[in-house]
Amino acid sequence: MKRPDALPTPPRVADRLLSWFVAPHLREEVLGDLHEEFAWQVARIGERWARWRYWWDVLGFVKPRFIRRLNPKYSTPNPTDMLRTYLKIALRHLVKNKGYSAINIGGLAVGMAVAMLIGLWMYDELSFNTYHQHYDRIALVMQQQLEAGQIATNNATPMPLEATLRTEYGESFKHIVLASWTGGHILAAGDKKFTETGNYMQPGVPDMLSLKMRKGTRDGLREPASILLAESVAKAYFGEADPIGQLMQLDNKLDVRVTGVYQDLPANSSFRDLQFIAPWDLYVNSKDWLIKSKQLWDNNSFQTYVQLADNVDMAAVSAQIKGVKRAHVDAKLAQQKPDVFLQPMSRWHLYSEWKNGVNTGGRIQYVWLFGLIGAFVLLLACINFMNLSTARSEKRAKEVGIRKAVGSVRTQLISQFFSESLLVVTLTFVLALLSVQLLLPAFNEIADKQLTILWSSPAFWLLSLGFVLLTGLIAGSYPAFYLSSFQAVKVLKGTFRAGRFAAVPRQVLVIIQFTVSVTLIIGTIIVFRQIQFAKDRPVGYSRAGLIMLGMTQEDVHAHFATIRTELIQAGAVAEMAESGSPATGLWSTQNGFSWRGESTDEQVGFGTIFVSHEFGKTVGWQFNAGRDFSRAYATDSSAMVLNEAAVRFMGLKNPVGTFVKWEGKSWKIIGVIKDMVMESPYEPVRRTVYMINNGSGNVVTLRINPNRNVPGALSTIEGVLKKYAAGIPFDYQFVDQAYAQKFGDEERIGNLAFLFAGLAIFISCLGLFGLASFMAEQRTKEIGVRKVLGASVLNLWSLLSRDFVLLVVIAFTVAAPTAWYFLHNWLLKYEYRTTISWWIFAASGVGALLVTLLTVSFQSIRAALMNPVKSLRSE
Amino acid sequence: MRRTYLGEFEEVVLLMVAILDGEGYGVTVSQALEEHTGRVVTFGTVHNTLIRLEEKGFVVSELGGATAERGGRRKRLFRVTALGSRALQEIQQLRQELWQLVPPQSLQLSSL
Repeated sequence: MKRPDALPTPPRVADRLLSWFVAPHLREEVLGDLHEEFAWQVARIGERWARWRYWWDVLGFVKPRFIRRLNPKYSTPNPTDMLRTYLKIALRHLVKNKGYSAINIGGLAVGMAVAMLIGLWMYDELSFNTYHQHYDRIALVMQQQLEAGQIATNNATPMPLEATLRTEYGESFKHIVLASWTGGHILAAGDKKFTETGNYMQPGVPDMLSLKMRKGTRDGLREPASILLAESVAKAYFGEADPIGQLMQLDNKLDVRVTGVYQDLPANSSFRDLQFIAPWDLYVNSKDWLIKSKQLWDNNSFQTYVQLADNVDMAAVSAQIKGVKRAHVDAKLAQQKPDVFLQPMSRWHLYSEWKNGVNTGGRIQYVWLFGLIGAFVLLLACINFMNLSTARSEKRAKEVGIRKAVGSVRTQLISQFFSESLLVVTLTFVLALLSVQLLLPAFNEIADKQLTILWSSPAFWLLSLGFVLLTGLIAGSYPAFYLSSFQAVKVLKGTFRAGRFAAVPRQVLVIIQFTVSVTLIIGTIIVFRQIQFAKDRPVGYSRAGLIMLGMTQEDVHAHFATIRTELIQAGAVAEMAESGSPATGLWSTQNGFSWRGESTDEQVGFGTIFVSHEFGKTVGWQFNAGRDFSRAYATDSSAMVLNEAAVRFMGLKNPVGTFVKWEGKSWKIIGVIKDMVMESPYEPVRRTVYMINNGSGNVVTLRINPNRNVPGALSTIEGVLKKYAAGIPFDYQFVDQAYAQKFGDEERIGNLAFLFAGLAIFISCLGLFGLASFMAEQRTKEIGVRKVLGASVLNLWSLLSRDFVLLVVIAFTVAAPTAWYFLHNWLLKYEYRTTISWWIFAASGVGALLVTLLTVSFQSIRAALMNPVKSLRSE
Repeated sequence: MRRTYLGEFEEVVLLMVAILDGEGYGVTVSQALEEHTGRVVTFGTVHNTLIRLEEKGFVVSELGGATAERGGRRKRLFRVTALGSRALQEIQQLRQELWQLVPPQSLQLSSL
C-alpha cells in the first residue's frame, strides 16, 4: 500500500500513557503493534477514526497482566537494605569481641554520663533565679564603704535609703521592697506550732518575684496584719481546708491572717527559703529600735530589693544612685565614702564575692571548673573510644580487601564504617541516659541539688544528637577514610603494613588522658588536704556536747536563772548561757572603739558579742591572760574580754587592766582569750570584744552534761523549757554539726573532684587495658619467637610494659606543673591554707605509674607466659 | 492424559495463529479475527489471550521483524507448539465424535 509523505502519527498522549502503565518488558511489542495497526487503520477508515480507535485500543491494555512488572532476575537493593547489612555486621563484630565492646561502650558511657550530669548541674546553676519573670529587671541595692583601709561590700542597707530612693529616683523603679533577713520564725495556728523560714517584706514583693498565687491575690500583703504562705506550709498547717482568712500567730505575739498562698519557690531561686511573707510595716511597728531606725543612716541592717521601670537601663540607674547615701549622711559617716549600687539578679548567685570593692566572681568559678572537668572526662572517654576503634580496625584491613575484591565501592566502605561507629555511639548514649537516670538521686545528694533529666527540652536532645553524631563521626573517620583507601591486592597479599608512625597519634592521646587524670588526682589530694587543714585548725573552744537554741524569746531570759539551776540540778547540762551570736557565727560588728595608743582616727569595726556571765564556761574558751566574767564582781557589767586578734590589732602590750572607750563609756579589759573560730574556718579570726549582756540574747547555748546520755539530756531540757517558755518549739542544733556545715561547699567540691578524678583514672585505665591487650595480641608471633630464642618472662614483661610506662612518665611531667599552677591559684583564695608539698606530686606520680603497670601487666604477663608452640604453630 | 481447558476465544485465537503459520502477531491475529469471524476486539484482549496461550504452552514466541510503521519496534511472532496442535486436534476430534451422536431429526427441528 502507498503511504502519504507526511505520515499521520498516533496520539502522543496515548503513547505516553501507555508507556507509563505497561510493564517495560511488554512495551516494545505492544507499542509496535499499536502503531502498525494505526497506520493500517488510517488507510482504511481515515485518520480521525483511527485516532479514536487508537485510544480505544490503548485503554484496552489496562489489564493486570500488562501492568504487573516482571520480577527482576538480579536484586536491586535499596540503601536501607545495605544499611541493614552494615548494622548486622557491626553487631556481629560487637558480639564477637565481647571484651573490647564492653570496654569501649562502657568507658564511653561512663564519660557521657558524667558529662551529662555536669551539664545538668551547670544548667541548673546558670538558670538560677530564672523562675522569676522579671529576672533581668530585679536588683539588690548594695553598698560599699571604707573599713580599715579596705572597701567592704555589703548587701545590708540603712532603712531611710528606701524612702529616699522612692522620692528622689522613683521614676526609675517599678517596685522598691525593703526587707528583713529570711530566717526562722515561730509560726502557730491553733495547736500547730513550727519554726518556718520567712521574711517581712514590703507589699511590692509578690509582683516583683512574680509569685504564682494558688489562692488569694498578690495584693493580700497590702492588708495590715496579713501573711502569705507557701503552698507546702499552708498544707502543713491547714491540710485540705481553705487557708484563706485563717488566723495565725507569728513569734508568739503578732496576730496575722492568711491572705494568700503561693506556689513554693524552686530550689534554684535565691528566695527558695521564703516559706512565708509578712508585711514589713507589721515588723517595723513591733519593735522600738526599728521605728527609730527609720531615720538612721548608719544602721545597715536591712535589705533593699528593686525592680527597674521598663524603659531604664540597669547600669545607668546604678550609676545614678551611687551618691544617694553620701548626700544624706553627716560628715563622720561620709568619711567612710559610702557608695550605693545595684547588683542585678542574674549575678546574685554566681558572682557573689567581693574583694576591696571589686567583684571577684564566686560560684561561677566552680561552674567553669566543673564544666572543664566534665569536658575533660568526656574527652578522655572519646579518646579511649577512638583509640580502641582504630586499633581494632587495623585488624579489619583484610575484610576491607575482600569487600573491595567483591565489588564494594569506596563510598560504601566509608558508609559502612560510619554506620558502625554511629551504632556503637547510639548504644552508648542510651546506656549513658539510663545510668544518669539511675545516678541522679545520689548525685543530687552530693551536689545538694534537685536536678532532673530535661526529657522535654529540645535543646537537650539537640545537644545529645549533636554529640552522638560528632563522636561517631570522629571515631569512625579513621577506619572510614584510611582503611577504605587500601589497595585490595596489597592487603590480601599481606604486603600491607600499618606504618611505623601509625601508633603515634594513639600515643599522644594516651598522654593527654594521663595528663588530665594525674592533674585531677593531684587536685583532689590538695582539695582534701585543704579541708583537713581547716578542720584540724584549733577552734579555741570545745564543741563536744554543745547545743544551741536560736529561737529564744523573752520567756527564756525572764526565767533564765530558774531554768539554769533546774537543768544543772537535773544533771542534764553542765552549763548554759545566753549570747548575741551563736558559737558558729558573728552577727554584729560595731564601730567607735577607741583606746590609748590607737594609731588611726579611722573608723574600724570590731565584732561585738554580748554574752551572759556563763558563756565562757559553757563554750569552754581558753584564757591567755586575765580572767573570765564573774557574777561576783558587779563592775563586770562594764568589763570586756578581748580575743587575741583584737589585742594584736590594737597593739596592746599588756591589755589586762587597761580601758577602752566605747559609746561614751569606759570599759575595763579583764581578760584575753585564745581566738575562737566562729566564722569561716578558712579566714583569720576577726577582732572581737565580748561584753556582758543585760537584755535577752539571740541564742541560748547549753553544754550537755558529759556524764549523761544525749537523748536523755535532750528530753529533760525540752521538758524544762516547755515549763517556762511554752511558746518556743524545741529546735536545737548541735554546734559541731553547725560547724561542719561550714565545710559544706569545700567538701562538696572535694567529693565531686574525687568522683571525677576516680572516673577519669578508671576510663584511662580501661583504655590502656584495651590497648595493651591489643598490642600483646598483635605481637603474639614476636613474643613466641623471642621466647624460643630464650627471652625470660621478665624480659618480655618489661618489653611490653616499657612503652606505656614511658607515656605515663611524659604525662606526669606535663601534669605536675599544670596542677601546681591551678591549685596554687585556688589556694590563694583562702587566708588560712595548706601548703602544696612535694610528696603530693610524688605520691600521685607513683600512684599513676603503679596503676598503669598493674593494668598493663595483666596483659603483658599473660602474653609472656603463653606457650610459644601455640603462638607459632598456626600459620 | 490431563485435558487442558481451552476457552472459546482462546481456541479461535490459537486457530488464527495456526492459520497465519509463523506470521501471527498482535496485528495480524486481530485482523484475521476480524476478517474471518467479523469480531472486533481490542488489542489488549488479543495480546492478553496470546500471552495466556504462551503461559499454557500452546504457542511459543520470538521477537523479530521490525518495520517502519512500527517505529522500528520488533514484533512478537507466535507459532503453535506440538501441545497446541494436539489440543486443537483433540477438540476437532471431540466435536466430530459429538456430531456423530447427534440424531439427525433434532438438528432439523431446531433449524425450523
